[in-house]
Amino acid sequence: MQLPPALHARLAGAPGSAEPLPVERDPAAGTTPFSFAPRLVRFPREHDFFEDGDVQRHLYLQDVLTQVGGAPERPRVPEFTCQVAGCCQVFDALEDYEHHYHALHRNVCSFCKRAFPSGHLLDTHILEWHDSLFQILAERQDMYQCLVEGCTEKFRTSRDRKEHLVMRHLYPADFRFDKPRRSRGPAVPGAAEQVLAEALGDDRVPSEGDAMEVCSEHVEPSPEPAGERRAYSHRIPSTICFGQGASRGFKSAKKRNKHQ
Amino acid sequence: MYDEITSVTNYPEFGQTSQIQQFLRLAQRGTEEKEREGALVSLRRGLQRPETQQTFIRLEGSIRTLVGLLTSNQALLQLEAARCLHELSHSEQSAVVEACLPATSYLLTYLSGHSSDFIELCLYTLGNLIVESEAVRRQLLPQGIVPALAACIQSPHLTVLEALGYALSQLLQAKEAPEKIIPSVLGSTLPQHMLQLLQPGPKLNLGVAVEFAWCLHYIICSQVNNALLITQGALSTLGLLLLDLAGAVQRTEDAGLELLACPVLRCLSNLLTEAAAEAVGGQLQLRDERVVAALFILLQFLLQKQPSLLPEGLWLLNNLTANSPSFCTSLLSLDLIEPLLHLLSVSNVVSVLVLTVLCNVAEKGPAYCQRLWPGPLLSSLLDTLAFSDTEVVGQSLELLQLLFLYQPGAAQAFLQQSGLQALQRHEEVAQLQDRVHALQQTALHG
Repeated sequence: MQLPPALHARLAGAPGSAEPLPVERDPAAGTTPFSFAPRLVRFPREHDFFEDGDVQRHLYLQDVLTQVGGAPERPRVPEFTCQVAGCCQVFDALEDYEHHYHALHRNVCSFCKRAFPSGHLLDTHILEWHDSLFQILAERQDMYQCLVEGCTEKFRTSRDRKEHLVMRHLYPADFRFDKPRRSRGPAVPGAAEQVLAEALGDDRVPSEGDAMEVCSEHVEPSPEPAGERRAYSHRIPSTICFGQGASRGFKSAKKRNKHQ
Repeated sequence: MYDEITSVTNYPEFGQTSQIQQFLRLAQRGTEEKEREGALVSLRRGLQRPETQQTFIRLEGSIRTLVGLLTSNQALLQLEAARCLHELSHSEQSAVVEACLPATSYLLTYLSGHSSDFIELCLYTLGNLIVESEAVRRQLLPQGIVPALAACIQSPHLTVLEALGYALSQLLQAKEAPEKIIPSVLGSTLPQHMLQLLQPGPKLNLGVAVEFAWCLHYIICSQVNNALLITQGALSTLGLLLLDLAGAVQRTEDAGLELLACPVLRCLSNLLTEAAAEAVGGQLQLRDERVVAALFILLQFLLQKQPSLLPEGLWLLNNLTANSPSFCTSLLSLDLIEPLLHLLSVSNVVSVLVLTVLCNVAEKGPAYCQRLWPGPLLSSLLDTLAFSDTEVVGQSLELLQLLFLYQPGAAQAFLQQSGLQALQRHEEVAQLQDRVHALQQTALHG
């Protein structure tokens, strides 16, 4: 199929349209037994016309999908340690470190050190767990926001919210990022015991004996890099211990090993 | 102990319940980080086999453990657990796919994270699950998959965007999509972002564009609310993209451009049928004859690369020319009739489309037919009359009527080239005979 050489130049040229030749139709055109009339053609989903192109799309995807998901050979680098205070995890591949950092250090609550998968969940957590103003307001109005992005419903209690998540949004009843805050008395920011371990979905059976070690090793809360998130001052003196699991990350694991 | 277990993967009995239980136990309760990770890696390898997948899902607590690891505070275990889920998502067994249901709320939650590799994996997993199971889709919609994708599409990572496009395209392709899915997608910010990602320019990425062009195609051919897409500039963007594609095709032998060409051609063709398209017809893109130039460059490319896509290109040409004297004039002034005639030998479907486009031009009257004549048109028509396909012949007869009507001398020339004999062979064919006789009369008696 030879194209006129000027065509490529036309494509590269300025936008514009041709001055149309005059249209002059004879009423006899397209009359019986003839039937031609210019028609815009539209094809809906599933039309046979699409079969060939759809097959090619399918083959392309098959190709793409077989390449996904296998852990690719990552370039190894000399071992290095996570620089976040209190974390001793060691890496030999940058991508591993990237995921570790984002999963564990990116959205961390400066009050209780819990890590969250997203900024949205972190903000919700801080509001509900560490903001006493929230607690006051919650006595009078619906303050517990639905966790699903796009849903604007608010609830009186976290239990009502959980019910909404389960019934309306088909969330699991034990959704790990919606643990109710359990406190021993009037709202004390950050006070919680084994809920700490649950909240991050730690599958291990918490061993009681760790509590003291973790406490004694408890690090000063590091100056929060994303400090601008925290609208409220840090009220808890750093020396107070919040029970096991307060210091997240692999430090705990190492401690466990040592005392096996 | 670790070495013992990994060597088990080489044994044919791998996949038995006991092995899987061992890996799960180690992954969940092992003391050494590397050990736990290794157990999951071994499990993942096993899960590449359908038998192992079946055994795994039947094992009590297995999915629960996997989901627990997926949501644990150990990042690398999370990643490996996600990879295991990803393996399961490849299954063609609905039981396996549906066993993954407990994980979906977490996969969605992780889409708002920041770890691009992990998000990419979650997206591919979701896409796979979506394809295989309506039960999964029925759960994902109330769980908020549309807003989750709308938030995630703002990611700067190309790999994430490509994965997102894939997952979304699978969602839009579902049979219940026109009623249950597309309306909420149209109501979100997704269309605007998709169109942005299809803007030609230095930032255009082929892999990403392919996915979102297909997404657009599924939305458009479902005919839910194409007017909305047009107001968001879909015609304009796609028109410019077509020009860009034609440019790319000239510059490079790059494999893969036809993967983008196909959905773009489809989207444009279908959108042109919308009433709203008339309203924006004032926009330059729709009158710009560079679109015709681009289309022919693409037709030539498709002829070499992927002839089965020629009908799609010609479909667009039909929709461009049907009601447009301007584009019909462009075909003539840019000398595109002869290249068009070259396509007549490709296939019956292509031939019918070529003849239809020629009819679009001819029916506009004498000024147009004059420019179609003389030239190779007559001999091409005599060739097509020799086809046995009724539709091809029928369309040739329609074109002949128009030429006889508008072009003095055409009938004469036809007779001189043994046109009557060419017509004769179809005299007995039911769908053709009336037209054949009418043309014979006109040719002989004027």
